[in-house]
Formats: sequence, structure tokens, C-alpha cells
Amino acid sequence: MKVSRFLAFLMIVALFFALAIPTYTKIWNGITLGLDLKGGFDVLYQVKDTPEEKVTSEGMIAVKNAIEKRVDSAGITEPVIQIEEGNRIRVQIAGLFSQEEAKKLLVQSAKLEFKAPDGTVLATGKDIKSNAKYVLDQQTNAAEVSIEFKDAKLFQSITEKYVGQNVSIWLDEQQLQNPRIQTVIYDGKAVINGQESAEAATNMANYLNAGALPYPLDELSSFSVSPTLGDEALHDTLYAGVVAFGLIFVFMVVYYRLPGLVAMIALLMYAYLLFAVFRYMHITLTLPGLAALVLGIGMAVDVNIIAAERIKDEFRHGKSLLSAMIMGQKRSMPTIIDANITSIIAGFLMYWFGTGAIKSFAVAHIISVLATFLTAVLISRLMLQLLVRSNIVRNTWWYGAPRAIATKGVVRKGGAKK
Amino acid sequence: MKFEIVKNRKWYFIISVLIAIAGIVIMSTMGLNLGTDFEAGSRVQFTVGHTFTPEDIESEFNKQFTEFKVAQVQGIANNGVVVRIDKKFTPDQEAAVKSYLDKQYPNSAPQISSVDPVVARELAQKAIYAILYASVGIILYMAIRFEYRFAISGVISVLQVVLVVVSLFALFRLEIDINFIAAILTIVGYSIHDTIVIFDRIRDNLKHTKIKTTADLEAMVNESIWATMARSLNTVLTVVISAGCLYLLGGTPIKHFALALLLGLVTGAYSSIFIASQIWVSWKSRELKKPKATA
Repeated sequence: MKVSRFLAFLMIVALFFALAIPTYTKIWNGITLGLDLKGGFDVLYQVKDTPEEKVTSEGMIAVKNAIEKRVDSAGITEPVIQIEEGNRIRVQIAGLFSQEEAKKLLVQSAKLEFKAPDGTVLATGKDIKSNAKYVLDQQTNAAEVSIEFKDAKLFQSITEKYVGQNVSIWLDEQQLQNPRIQTVIYDGKAVINGQESAEAATNMANYLNAGALPYPLDELSSFSVSPTLGDEALHDTLYAGVVAFGLIFVFMVVYYRLPGLVAMIALLMYAYLLFAVFRYMHITLTLPGLAALVLGIGMAVDVNIIAAERIKDEFRHGKSLLSAMIMGQKRSMPTIIDANITSIIAGFLMYWFGTGAIKSFAVAHIISVLATFLTAVLISRLMLQLLVRSNIVRNTWWYGAPRAIATKGVVRKGGAKK
Repeated sequence: MKFEIVKNRKWYFIISVLIAIAGIVIMSTMGLNLGTDFEAGSRVQFTVGHTFTPEDIESEFNKQFTEFKVAQVQGIANNGVVVRIDKKFTPDQEAAVKSYLDKQYPNSAPQISSVDPVVARELAQKAIYAILYASVGIILYMAIRFEYRFAISGVISVLQVVLVVVSLFALFRLEIDINFIAAILTIVGYSIHDTIVIFDRIRDNLKHTKIKTTADLEAMVNESIWATMARSLNTVLTVVISAGCLYLLGGTPIKHFALALLLGLVTGAYSSIFIASQIWVSWKSRELKKPKATA
């Protein structure tokens, strides 16, 4: 018996649990959950041309910025806003918030107007660039909002005509402010002063940008999940994973004995590694992704089953414990590699051609296969080798050999058994 | 003496062809119950919280909302219901439905999705491409690692699995949505994975065995299948445990996903044992006969 090898085996197991037990809640809580697990909505908009203007790529970025600002100003955190092919914008917002309000806020094509004292409309939101922002006056330290007109000439004519008078700014028929034109402006760039605070100035800038949203948005698809349903789905799926693990654990240990136990320790490592990857690579975990991981439990175990069955084959050919294990592990390798590479190929193609749910399923699937390689192939093999080489359990029955061979082994050694 | 799996291959082929014909008949007569992902329209899923009949829900909806008409109402697990509308909701209609549900059913936990025809068509196209390209990728890899006969035999056996699952979904009017496609892709990947283990053993034995006649080939493949039988069954058992737990415990949104997996994995195990290598044997044995005929 070689105690050092057995100690090395125990060390690996102990190190893993020492690392995993104190950190797993932190890792789990740090994972970004998709809106199907947290509740929220996903809307896809078509950005449409206006009679005057076709949608350009700069225009798309302006729309994206404007939506971002609108969402921000509503106090919603961490929206995902993506420009997709064919002038589309996808907005995903997860968590607890009023979905109707947020949606209204997104699409409402705010009507921003600049009015003369007599009420005539001088310019609209279309005339200014959506780059208004809060600035600080160098001399007075007062909060101001900088704006820029698309057409400097238009702004010049307005300022010439109304210098010394007030030109009011209206958003959706509500007056935001009534600033006085102080000088004629030739370059289209102006600042609006008289803001109460930096916050008020930022809000004002947001309103202006939102009002300057250049194109109408048309809803193409929408998907919304109530937070209760998302929460339920998350808990149910995790529970399913735990029960599956428990059942497979019993099966593996009863059927494959020691290699089965080693496989299950490796499976715990697999689960921990997966969540760590999701946490630290900031991958969003969705319901299909979670399902891929639960399914991955079965697939990760398969690697161990292939190896364990090969080891049994070698026993049947009369090999000793150590050489059966070495040959069995070696011979199972090409099968495992081929089988897993096809899984990865399928995963990559799914990712490449798929959309939304399929993409996130594919990501989870690929990560799951890679994690299987690391834990079920490398670590599990190492653990089993250490266990066999430590010679602590000599009875080959514990390694899945049929009873007859095991008994023969014991008879040869000690001769005590019947 | 172990059961001769390979020699009886004629019977599995007959069974498979019959299943395929039945599947095609079911699909062409009953059609698929496509979800809003693939067929434009709106879908409202919520929990009623007490027993109900679909007719009640339908008349209630039609009374409440006059701007659109309910197309289909289907009860699902745990007093849940899915209401389908042919047209895509406008944002205002969606908000109206939501506030109605909030008032009428306190813990309704609604999930509303609506898709425009353009996007639905695109999604369906992309899903089909994803499956096609995944199959091509797998064929190419297997053709390189094994030989083209293995690759094609493997993919044919997998396509049978896909056909079985899709026709069962058509038969029981289960909804086919984007998650179903993810399930199909998993089934494709997993069945191939399963088949490869058997093919790998055949390839291994091919190196050590002299094959002169079809009988030799049959005996060798039969032995390979039996040698990997424990693994085939145990592995399918572990994935069936995983998919079964997802089905029984995994929550309403993935019930159909898990069911598709479950059906596909079981059919896949059958197919990889009884169909994939038998196609290969039939094909390969032609090659054995050829030289004799010409000689």
C-alpha cells in the first residue's frame, strides 16, 4: 500500500471541497441570469425610414443612444441594447419593473418643439442632433445643457429673428424650459443655461436626445416573462438538476462502485467549474442554457461510463487491476474524443446559425463539453489512477470486475476466502 | 449465445420505414402545431389558479377584447393555459391583456410573446439551416475520422430520430417553438455521440478481424454492438434520468423541451443500436460481394 498516492487522492478531493464550499454561493449569486429566469422583456424593433431620411448606420447608433438614455432616465439598470442586421434594434431588460411603462417609454416618438413667443413652431426634435449633454459653465460653475443643430443656417435665422426674446422648448406639449436667446449663433452650437442642478441638466439633455430620436420604431416581436414565472423556472430547473444528480449518483456508485464514486466527485467539479465560467466570463445564463447544463450531467457521466466499461473489458481479458485500468483508460480515449468533438461541432454550428435561445443553448453546450473534458477526462482519470496505485483497495470487485474474478484474486493472495 | 442483432436487420428496417411513413402521414394530414416563434401571432401563457375549461377562457377573452379573436386555447400543466391569437398584438393590446390578467387572475405570472410574420419566417429558416449545417458538419467530421459510409449511416439513423420526435409532437398537438429546435439539435448531437461509440468499436475490431464474407461482417458488428451494450444502455439511462427530471420537475416553460429530449434520447438509443450500424453493414457487404461477381 502506498499511502502517499492515497493522500494525493484525498488532497485533490479535499482541496476541491475547500475551494468550492465557501465560494459557491458567491459564484452562483454573481451569475447574470437571462430574462427568462429573472423576468423581463425582449423587444425587437424595426427602425424605419422617414420620408425625408433613410436610416443610416450613424442613424442606428443615434437610435441606440437615444433608447439607452430613455431607459436610463427611467431608472432601469443594465439594459441590453443591440443593433441587429437589417436596421433592427433589440432591447432586453431583465428584472422587476413596470413592463408597460418601459415599453411605452421606448417607442413613444417624443414630440420636441422649439416655439416662438407667439406659439409658432420654429424647429422640432428632428432638427437637433441627439448629442445634447450636461456641461459646466467655466466661469459661473452653473449647470448647462449643450445642444447642436443639424442645420447651422436654420439656427442662425432663428437666433437672428428672436435675439433678446424667449424661445420655449416643449416636449409632448409640456413646456420644459423657456430660455432667452442672448446672441446670434452661427455654428449651430448653443448652451441652454438656467438649470437648477447637474441632475436637472442631465435630465434635460436626455429629454432633448429622446425627442431627437430620428426614426420611428416598429415592434417586430416581443417576449415578456413575469418575474414570478422566471423565478419558478429557475428553482424548478435547479431542483431537477439536484434530483438528477442524486439519482445518477446512486446508480453510478451501485453499478460502477469506486470508479462510479470518482466519477461523481468529478461531476461535482464539473458543475462548480461551469458556474465559475458563467460567472467570470460574464455569460448570461438562460433557461435553455440551464437545461443544457442539466443534460450535460448525463453527458459528463458518459465519459466515465465509456472508460469504466473499457476497464471491465480488460478485466475480462484477465489483466491485473493496474494494467486493466491503464489500458482501459487509454483505449477509451479515441472514442471519447470523437464523440465529444462531434458534440462540439454541433454546438458551434448551432451557435453560428442559431438565434437567441439556440445561441445560448449552444454556448452552454460547448462550455459543458469542454468542462467535461477537464473534469471527467483529466481529473477523474488522475483520481482513479492515484486510487489504484495507492493499492489501498485491492479487491478488483470494487473496480467493477465480476465477483468471480475478484474472488480468484483474493484466493491467490491470502487463501483465506472459501 | 447472444441475440443476433445484425442478422435480423431486415426487420428493423421494415419497422423504421413503417414508422417513417406513419410520421409523414401524420405530419401532412394533421400539420404541426407551430408556436409564435415560427408562425406569426401572439401567445399568452398564464396560470389560472383553479380548474377551468378552455371554452370558458375563450369566451371570456372574446368578451373582454373585441379588437382581436382567440384562435386556440390549450390547457397546460398546473392549471396553466396558453391562449393563441392569430395576429401580432400591438403594444397597446399587449398592455391591455396584461392589466386584464393582473386583475382577473391574481397569481397569473403571464408570459406573453408576439411575433411579426417577417421575423417568424426568418426564425424558421434559421432553425432549419442550423439543423442542416449541424448535420453536414457532423458528416464531414465522421467522414474524415471514419469513412463516408459511417457518416451517412449515422446521419440517416439520426434523421429517423428527428422524424419520430417531430411526428409525435404533431400527433399529440404539442407546440413546436424555438426551444424545440434546441432540443432537436441536442438529440442530433447526442444520438451521433451515441452512435460513434459503437462505430468506434467496429472500426477497432475491423483492424483485428479478417472479413471475407457478409457473415463475417455481421458477426463482427454483432460482437461490437454487444461489447458496447452495457455502455449504450447505462449512458442512455443517465441522460434519460437528466431529461426525465427536467420533464417532471423542471418547470412549465421547459416541459415540452424536456419531453422532446426524452423521446429523442430513447429513440436515439434504439436507432444507434438497431439502425445505424445495420445500414453500414448492408452497405459495406455490397462491397464484399462486388469483387466476387466480377472475378
